[in-house]
Amino acid sequence: MKKLTGAEIVWECLQREGVDVVFGYPGGAILPTYDAMTKYPKIHHVLVRHEQGATHMADGYARASGKVGVAIATSGPGATNMVTGIATAMMDSSPIVCITGQVGSKAIGTDAFQETDVTGVTLPITKHNYLVTKPGDIARAIREAFYIAKSGRPGPVLVDITKDAQQLTADFDWDAAEPKLPGYRPNHTAPASEYTKAAELINSAKRPLILAGQGIIKSGATAEVLALAKQANIPITTTLLGIGAIPASSDLNLGMMGMHGEAWVNQAIQQADLLIALGMRFDDRVTGNLKTYALNAKKIHVEIDPTEVNKNVPVDVALIGDLKEVLGELTPQVKKSDHADWWAAIAVNRGDSAVRDIKNLPDSGHLYAAHVINDIWRLTQKRDTIVVTDVGQHQMWEAQYFHHDKPRSLITSGGLGTMGFALPAAIGAKFACPEKDVWVVVGDGGFQMTSCELATAEQEGIKVNVAIINNAFLGMVRQWQEFFYDKRYAATPMTGPDFVKLAEAYRLTGLRCNQRPDVAETVKKTLADKKTVVIDFVVEKEDTVFPMVPAGADLDKMIRRPKQDVMLESGSDKEWEMPTSPLPNVFTEKKVEAKALNGRGKAAPARKAAKPAKSNRR
Amino acid sequence: MAKHTLIAYVEDVPGVLNRVASLFRRRNFNIDSLTVGGTDKPGVSRLTVVVETTEAGARIVEANLYKLVNVLRVDDLTHKASLTRELGLVKVKVTPETRAQILQLVDVFRARVVDVDEKTITAEVTGTPEKIAKFELILRPYGIAEMVRTGAVSMARGHEPVSSAPPLVRTADSDHHHDTSGLSMSV
Ligand SMILES: Cc1ncc(C[n+]2csc(CCOP(=O)(O)OP(=O)(O)O)c2C)c(N)n1
Repeated sequence: MKKLTGAEIVWECLQREGVDVVFGYPGGAILPTYDAMTKYPKIHHVLVRHEQGATHMADGYARASGKVGVAIATSGPGATNMVTGIATAMMDSSPIVCITGQVGSKAIGTDAFQETDVTGVTLPITKHNYLVTKPGDIARAIREAFYIAKSGRPGPVLVDITKDAQQLTADFDWDAAEPKLPGYRPNHTAPASEYTKAAELINSAKRPLILAGQGIIKSGATAEVLALAKQANIPITTTLLGIGAIPASSDLNLGMMGMHGEAWVNQAIQQADLLIALGMRFDDRVTGNLKTYALNAKKIHVEIDPTEVNKNVPVDVALIGDLKEVLGELTPQVKKSDHADWWAAIAVNRGDSAVRDIKNLPDSGHLYAAHVINDIWRLTQKRDTIVVTDVGQHQMWEAQYFHHDKPRSLITSGGLGTMGFALPAAIGAKFACPEKDVWVVVGDGGFQMTSCELATAEQEGIKVNVAIINNAFLGMVRQWQEFFYDKRYAATPMTGPDFVKLAEAYRLTGLRCNQRPDVAETVKKTLADKKTVVIDFVVEKEDTVFPMVPAGADLDKMIRRPKQDVMLESGSDKEWEMPTSPLPNVFTEKKVEAKALNGRGKAAPARKAAKPAKSNRR
Repeated sequence: MAKHTLIAYVEDVPGVLNRVASLFRRRNFNIDSLTVGGTDKPGVSRLTVVVETTEAGARIVEANLYKLVNVLRVDDLTHKASLTRELGLVKVKVTPETRAQILQLVDVFRARVVDVDEKTITAEVTGTPEKIAKFELILRPYGIAEMVRTGAVSMARGHEPVSSAPPLVRTADSDHHHDTSGLSMSV
């Protein structure tokens, strides 16, 4: 039996868990572990510039690879800096393991220098956590941490190790440290009777719709979902985190649902008679008002996490288990069908929405974010690209105008909506997939939160392509102010540094682009550059994400995209339609009217809103 | 909304009570009472949690408890024949005139006098939470100097395995009735 220090045990375990890269930042309480690192050269350590960056990098690494990402920090401030990244990973079920140093075990509870009760602080935002005070307990804690992080519904696990536990020695026995978790039940199997009920519901549905969530990506169930959808010709809509789970180019894929989803998609949800929810959790951003949500629909929920079932939306049948397995069992029981009427109705609703599409607008001299994102997509289609977004308007435009065909090709903070996520998560994704292009789509606000990680990219010599969508505003908040606070732009106009010079200060390439015809050239230059490139895309300041369901409103009461001619005018006096009534229902209203309201003929008069929304949860 | 009585068997590790209590707080469930104590199995503690919620809410609580890594098993006793007991200590003010009446009431409730001095009588009462509430109510007119209740502990009646009710979900290994903790299904 080998006698090792606790610090050495940490690295032995990481190595045996197959870890090839860790993201971290040293400090006193974790110093023994850093000292031992030199004996384990197979594991590459990335020195971040802020511990939040380490957790987002581990998260980006995990989302891009499907493996567990690892972040390391010291006690107290190092560990508390990790909190945002851990909460982000928790909300989006990202498997990361955070290792933190803790003050000596005798000093715990004395308010020692840099002491924080980190297991207490992170208790509600980790799947599980450990405080380890003896070197002999380290191996088991780390093995269990990896097992818990990646099994069942994945999530973050934190292992807090006292300084003395890192310094003292213990026998290292990998096999004896096998996880012992008598209460942990990550795997579930639904009883056969539930499959029968689910199949019956699907076979008798006239207007079924699949709601595709991130669970499909986590479970690797793209093929199984497509097989189910093809079997009965069922349209699919995805959540934000479900983007990429189903190819955007698939005819079955209608696009994104929810607050900034397409109107015809939300309409389809409200008109469906069956929702088949796959690995999604009926977040308030996708349901709108729960009291009026999909009232005509029976619901089947396939979910790995039992606590998600009936949490927000009561369901008729729950199939709790791994999606891939569940669908493998369910699909053979589903009858063939074409649902032609249903597809026709959706086509009516979809109507001529293209006239509202910003892509089809002639160049007006204004650079719109949508153009930038759509051009990046066009010019990178033949390459293997991962896009990592931050949070805000650009995130929604990315979801609307970049068409993802592969799982894990969009990485974004959905559940927590964490600004500052993009750049570090992209660096993590690049470490996971060095052969792929990694693009960062980020607002000028969010970029400034973690732009220090440019130094990390430079030091590591890695290339990520950073597209700053610079509207000189905290755009999404400004949009809420425009809609619901009478355009009182309190604290949302924002200046930034000269981003080109900033990139150059980090010894990276900086580019600027403010004309639509220059976008293509800029993207090409970026791709050709070997270094990380930061592009300052100076876009229209007061552009708005359409459509939008105001928070808490009915899903089919959407603020619509203004029509083309209105769009051509400058941002400030554009007109948009505040919803007063639901979108037309093709099943209860005459089709002519449905068409009219879709943009042709007599559309409802545009009006401006003055009423503040009831809730403001952003 | 109704009172639901849930029993959770947990690993006896540091912080486990905090994890359970924190779960209720985070998920916005209001705990009516929570009691913890040991069991006949070393390393296993048993919690009785009474929580005011709907039937659907109770299922969510149960599922959330199962999600805690240190929780070994959860039973909902709400709709089962079960025994629920609580202990109360009531210190009531006495005067020479009321002493006899109070002693009589203590007797009626099958409570026990555990301490007496010239101004107070302290009685110990066990029974259902309702009985203890009633005892308090009856004594209140005399003036309660101090009172403490332990919170409820519950147990299913009879020899049936405790978890005869199907859990919210069947876990991959619940079919085999094996439990590596040594906490067999027929505790
Ligand atoms: C850490 C954090 N703080 C605040 C918010 C609230 N918030 C959501 S979107 C947004 C504006 C983002 O502005 P910017 O990064 O410039 O992107 P844009 O919306 O302009 O594309 C803010 C402040 C948040 N999501 N995260």
